[in-house]
Amino acid sequence: MRIGVPAETAAGEKRVATVPEVVEKLAKLGFSVAVQSGAGDAANFPDEAYRAAGAEIVDDAARLWATADIVFKVRAPSPVEIPLLREGATLVSFIWPAQNPELMRSLAEKNATVLAMDSVPRISRAQKLDALSSMANIAGYRAVIEAAHAFGRFFTGQITAAGKVPPAKVFIIGAGVAGLAAIGAASGLGAIVRANDTRPEVADQIKSLGGEFVAVEYAEEGSGTGGYAKVMSEGFQKAQAQVFARQAKEVDVIITTALIPGKPAPKLISAEMVRSMRPGSVIVDLAAEQGGNCELTEPGQAVVRHGVTIIGYTDLPSRLARQSSTLYATNLLRLTEELCKAKDGRINVNMDDEVIRGTTVIKEGKITWPPPAPKLSAAPPKPAAAKPVVPEKEKGKHGSARAPASARATATVFLIGAILFWFVGANAPAAFLGHFTVFVLACFVGYMVIWNVTPALHTPLMSVTNAISSIIAIGALVQVAPPMNSSLERPTGWIVGLALASIALVGINMFGGFAVTQRMLQMFRK
Amino acid sequence: MSATLLTVSYLAATILFILSLGGLSSPETARRGNLYGMIGMAIAVLATVLGPQVTRTAYPWIVGAMAVGATIGLYAARVVKMTQMPELVALMHSLVGLAAVLVGFANYIDPAASAGFQGAEKTIHELEIYIGALIGAVTLSGSLIAFGKLSARISGRPVLLPGRHWVNLAGLAVVIWCGGWFIGAHSIEEGLQPLAIMTLIALLFGIHMVMAIGGADMPVVVSMLNSYSGWAAAATGFMLSNDLLIVTGALVGSSGAILSYIMCRAMNRNFISVIAGGFGTGGGAPAASGAAPAGEVHPISANETAELLRGAKNVIIVPGYGMAVAQAQHAVYEITKLLREKGVNVHFGIHPVAGRMPGHMNVLLAEAKVPYDIVMEMDEINGDFQDTDVAMVIGANDIVNPAAQEDPASPIAGMPVLEVWKARSSIVMKRSMASGYAGVDNPLFYKDNNRMLFGDAKKMLDETLAALKA
Repeated sequence: MRIGVPAETAAGEKRVATVPEVVEKLAKLGFSVAVQSGAGDAANFPDEAYRAAGAEIVDDAARLWATADIVFKVRAPSPVEIPLLREGATLVSFIWPAQNPELMRSLAEKNATVLAMDSVPRISRAQKLDALSSMANIAGYRAVIEAAHAFGRFFTGQITAAGKVPPAKVFIIGAGVAGLAAIGAASGLGAIVRANDTRPEVADQIKSLGGEFVAVEYAEEGSGTGGYAKVMSEGFQKAQAQVFARQAKEVDVIITTALIPGKPAPKLISAEMVRSMRPGSVIVDLAAEQGGNCELTEPGQAVVRHGVTIIGYTDLPSRLARQSSTLYATNLLRLTEELCKAKDGRINVNMDDEVIRGTTVIKEGKITWPPPAPKLSAAPPKPAAAKPVVPEKEKGKHGSARAPASARATATVFLIGAILFWFVGANAPAAFLGHFTVFVLACFVGYMVIWNVTPALHTPLMSVTNAISSIIAIGALVQVAPPMNSSLERPTGWIVGLALASIALVGINMFGGFAVTQRMLQMFRK
Repeated sequence: MSATLLTVSYLAATILFILSLGGLSSPETARRGNLYGMIGMAIAVLATVLGPQVTRTAYPWIVGAMAVGATIGLYAARVVKMTQMPELVALMHSLVGLAAVLVGFANYIDPAASAGFQGAEKTIHELEIYIGALIGAVTLSGSLIAFGKLSARISGRPVLLPGRHWVNLAGLAVVIWCGGWFIGAHSIEEGLQPLAIMTLIALLFGIHMVMAIGGADMPVVVSMLNSYSGWAAAATGFMLSNDLLIVTGALVGSSGAILSYIMCRAMNRNFISVIAGGFGTGGGAPAASGAAPAGEVHPISANETAELLRGAKNVIIVPGYGMAVAQAQHAVYEITKLLREKGVNVHFGIHPVAGRMPGHMNVLLAEAKVPYDIVMEMDEINGDFQDTDVAMVIGANDIVNPAAQEDPASPIAGMPVLEVWKARSSIVMKRSMASGYAGVDNPLFYKDNNRMLFGDAKKMLDETLAALKA
């Protein structure tokens, strides 16, 4: 089948849906690839490079659309492009079906099959084709670069002959993919990085990238259920606002990435906080497209308010076009591999496959979005909710359920013990009781001693206890030839035979056990 | 030697045995502990031989029998490979079991031994013989089967008879009934019959019990048999009214019991379910039909492994039974040494049930000269994985399975595991994609930061070492 890659037509869009490197791999899967002339120019992939990789270069967009069985795009097709799509062809691009019902309808009318890269289910198997994550990663990185560009000072601290330069302080709100990328990039530049997220479990990830976790000291009720997609309570928001206000006074750069799926971005940075920042500070608002986390953000633009540069660019991935094109093209390649398991150059939109089912929004003219609920909802709780909930439940069981039960269990054990002791005491002869006492006490001594043994020495412990248990030899030794003070008839031959056999067997154990233990212990060295 | 001197000697031996076990609390004191054990044993045996219960005529016999045993024992101890330790230990347990049975029989047919007993004392004495022989016989046959499984002479798969619990119960009923017959017997000849029947049933029970237990549950079985051999010695002590035997048996018995408990806890399973056997067969069905972690594994070559290791600052190596099978511990050490010379921080993470007996991995690493202060327990090292660049898993599967924590429906849910997936990258060395002993697929293999190095562990490690040196 033929894959067509048209040039992007949206204003300012520099990305392209495939790169020469990926063209080669698509060819290996059995596809032929056609690229519109100049499609990769803005991302520094010239036509020659595509041609060298085996792609056909087509000058005319209309012809490219008309001949392609599958169209790879970055942005959703414009009203101008939709009529170009061949009847029954397959389209892969960002679609945002929820926001674009009109687009969905017109694509369905074309009998098209449409796979939306923004609808890839968020399960681990699908990570390699998760274009949202790749783009978020780039956006996070670029946000730091934009901030550094607009910020009038070094990010890293320096002591120079001309004086001391303090390091910049960067505060990052939201530690999702973009937030974490920003933390990594900012700390890589030498800044002091702080970050906040409503999900306490990401604190470790923030630290691992060199950031410092700024906690909101407020116990959100029901925090165990995980607050990934949740609007926080009013009390929490108030506490959060105080933390942010304090940070705003201290830091030089704020990067906000807070998004709640399906809702407008929460307003976290008020005009008041912006005013409290030092002049020359920078805010980069990655949520600008969804209305912005800062009250003063103007989507798509960089503005200066109260001396603070507020960057609300919505095209950050496109500003790193070569990188984002490469990652996006690779995401598409992975999707193609999923669609073409036979590597025979034709795709099979297998709706039984969870990943493909989730990604496909229109199948042969029928709108299949949203995908059936259980499949989607089964996926998100796994990383977010299931993880914290399970151990807590366990802990709860141990802490709460065990305490009363163990008291009862202890009582039961003592009761059984008392009955047993009474039974033994009432029936057993005195001589037996002496041995019984020794036995029970020895069990306790053994219990105390063995718990101190380090796990590393468990094997030597077994072999030494094994050697020691050859003490049973004594039982055999006294049977060989005891002093005969009675004239009892005794099957001496049998007894001596059995006893000597025991001695020989136990001898193996005794000498072998101690010797092998010694050999093992010799090996343990620092 | 007088009877009082004998008692004091036994007391000294008891103390030395306790000190011997106490010495094992750290590797520094362990060697001295073993020495205490030897001295204690020597004192006990010499005192008995020189004591009032043994006459001079027995000396040549005893020396001869001891010499035979000592020769075989010392020879075995010298030639055994460290990877074969579990087999050797299992075999030795069977000897103790056999000795307990023989001593019990000899004691029973000796009229002099029970001459002084009347009434309740006689009943108790006979009960002691009966129980001693019972435990001894179970230890004997169980250990032999364990030996067969550990040395791969018998398949490690659990063998499950239909209605096996009922078979066991029926066996128990017969044993109790024989016990009543035995105690009520009028003559020694009559009493021998139930004793023999019981011994036979106990032997069969031992076989049946261990056959039903699978390969990876062996640490529990070996320590349980260790415990049994102790109880057998204690029962013999009761029979002979000998406190030294009782104390020693109780020490060994509780030691084995605690080890079994530790092993069970490390697998998050209770003792009864291990002994009941058949793990992995019942849980296999839901595991197969449930959410199999589909996805792609990323294979890696030995060269790339070396590349990863070279670029790492912190490395944790997690060995498993596969390392023992492939005899790869020396290659592991060579790599460790090389990396440490290059300034890489190398640690080992040992899961309590890694291998086929408690502490198996520690012994293998010690044999390969890995210093014990870089060999860590699971709880010590689990917190370090997130600061680790490369976690290398050698021939282990279930003990690094994230499903134990993430998937409440998994058959191994709740089992403590080494959290290798938290490391920046992990490498799993494995012969194939076959699932582990528990029959549970391992989501670790499909994680994005995990790489699979397929092949024999020793061969792959040698190649990695060569690539590291190059």
